Amino acid sequence: MYSYDTIDAAMLADRNAEFRDQVARRLSGDMSEAQFKPLRLMNGLYLQLHSYMLRVAIPYGSLNPSQLRALAHVARRWDKGYGHFTTRQNLQFHWTRLSDAPDILDHLATVGLHAIQTSGNCIRNTTSDPFAGAAADEADDARIWCEAIRQWSSFHPEFTYLPRKFKIAVTASATDRAAVRAHDIGLVLHRNDEGRLGFEVIVGGGLGRTPFIGKTIRDHLPAEHLLSYLTAILRIYNLEGRRDNLYKARIKILVDSLGAAAFAEKVEAEWVAMDRARIDLPDLELARIRASFGLIAHKSDPGGRAAFEADKASDRAFSRFVRNNVSAHKHPDYAIVSVSLKTIGDTPGDASADQMDVVADLGEAYGHGDIRVTHAQNLVLPHISLRDVRAVYEKLSAAGLATPNIDLASDIIACPGLDYCALANARAIPISQDIARRFADPDRAEQVGELKIKISGCINACGHHHLGHIGILGVDKKGEEFFQFTLGGSGAEDASVGQALGPAVPADKVADTVDRLAAAYLDLRAPGERFLDTVRRLGVAPFKAAAYADADPA
Amino acid sequence: MQMLIRLEAGRFVRAADDFITLAAEGDPPADGGVIVPLAHWAEMGERLLSEGREVGVRLTSADPVEALLPVLERLSVVAVEFPIFRDGRGYSAAVLLRTRLGYRGELRAVGDVLVDQAWNLVRCGFDAFETNASPEQFAASAHRFRHVYQASADDRPPAFVERETV
Repeated sequence: MYSYDTIDAAMLADRNAEFRDQVARRLSGDMSEAQFKPLRLMNGLYLQLHSYMLRVAIPYGSLNPSQLRALAHVARRWDKGYGHFTTRQNLQFHWTRLSDAPDILDHLATVGLHAIQTSGNCIRNTTSDPFAGAAADEADDARIWCEAIRQWSSFHPEFTYLPRKFKIAVTASATDRAAVRAHDIGLVLHRNDEGRLGFEVIVGGGLGRTPFIGKTIRDHLPAEHLLSYLTAILRIYNLEGRRDNLYKARIKILVDSLGAAAFAEKVEAEWVAMDRARIDLPDLELARIRASFGLIAHKSDPGGRAAFEADKASDRAFSRFVRNNVSAHKHPDYAIVSVSLKTIGDTPGDASADQMDVVADLGEAYGHGDIRVTHAQNLVLPHISLRDVRAVYEKLSAAGLATPNIDLASDIIACPGLDYCALANARAIPISQDIARRFADPDRAEQVGELKIKISGCINACGHHHLGHIGILGVDKKGEEFFQFTLGGSGAEDASVGQALGPAVPADKVADTVDRLAAAYLDLRAPGERFLDTVRRLGVAPFKAAAYADADPA
Repeated sequence: MQMLIRLEAGRFVRAADDFITLAAEGDPPADGGVIVPLAHWAEMGERLLSEGREVGVRLTSADPVEALLPVLERLSVVAVEFPIFRDGRGYSAAVLLRTRLGYRGELRAVGDVLVDQAWNLVRCGFDAFETNASPEQFAASAHRFRHVYQASADDRPPAFVERETV
């Protein structure tokens, strides 16, 4: 992993000193809440329904064991003993006190963690492929470029007061595990015919009230020009993005109103005119970042592979875990192990302090000290030798972290919803729990197969409902919580926004409706089709008929 | 008179504003420096310059800086307005004036200018600030970070340059 040098550490220390001073001014009454609000938001501190929520940045979802243990410590000492992993690959503490925030941040700084730019109208934490560095199909390690973006975007003087928040995601694989097409900027790193690394630059994706899949404005930007090109995009957006209407201020609205081609022309003109050499990282710095991540010396171990295969053949539960939670690694004798934070009946994305410690220990003992957070609110151990997968599985299992449900119906993305969030119209967590219980039988869950259900408690779409194979949106109808369904969304390389199914249903009918949709799929599917494929082939009509079959005709 | 802080030879100092900023309507004073809103430049800009006075232009956050290109060399001040502190267009305007258009005169931040923004303003090339903060407060905010990660319109070396020279 990237390790901070003295400059990175000094940046954090300076920021924490500033924030400690700002909190002191607020607590003493020298500063009003109105003055303090934008300052605390820049440091990830939100005032929620019941408490202050602190959002800690996990750059590109990458953690080392010490960092995860520090998060566990914060959860125990200053929160209620758990934390919530988010779709931005960050971690939120929902029950903190304002007066503790400076101490929490100082503790996190000892392991290089912070809450910088986890809120506010600035460039947020860059997200990435949780398999980066381990995936067989990647063109390069996306984290190197994410780290370059992290530094460039941290305390950027020109882009701290943008029209609206700004999110960048990077992948280096054709298989998109980072939802890059749903971001303000999505970057797909690949090699062209001459073998040169470059980025497909996708702009103007986003969710919320007006969902858009991003548009490609450049097919192959030479990788070394990434930061100057990002500067050009951000400058056009900063100058021309709308500031008169909060709901039309994201870059997606600018790109849509100008048209992608006209927007691209503006970016190219700006990029050509600027002094790129001052902005782009020199090769030496890119090499330094690359070296800082280090190389993992993967060892060939055919015996380990054989033992792994034998265990799979003899142990049904282990075999199921491997089928669903273990992915191919670029080295034949290693595996990528997903850690499910979707235990049936629990809150999606929550991890207790003890569970964090278990994963940290496993990462240290078996995983080359490398732990990832996924945008689907799970964790990943990306470098486990096949010989050790069984031991890791058993320890995860003992800690309630081995539910074999990655990408299945119970692997639900849900926002915190009305249980925590001041913006929500409806609860998302209990709805997700109801649905997950319907798929608690692992045979049934596997029979239905890949089914990505995403739930948002309001139109801001933090639960990415537009991208769900089944999307569920909570709305308020005369004081009662109702839920609208969309079908056929995807956040992957085949990105699309889901289509509305029909009338909203009350909370106690949501799980029934999902059940019927799954049953309809099993009836309608062609061989080899996922739920998403069947919806795309047939449209929503047959699913609508099934979902509302016994609805009151009145 | 408006209170100003100027950045002179690396130090923040209190300064009197020796310019009058013209309101939307009305005639300019008989003498002294004047700052003209861009919207009124066409009516009086050339005349004021021809009188041999010090003349500046005030840009709203929506005005394109390229509009100043024909007269930039003859301006004494460019004032960039921040109608509300979270409207960040002025930062890009300043960067373009300094790095693209080559403007070397006084670049003044006016409007809702908060002390917590000092480091952004200074890095983007502003060297005068209409603010009620003290020069000491402004300096503390501007110097808060010992290092910077990226190039802007100032001459601070970004971290990647510092690392090369260590």
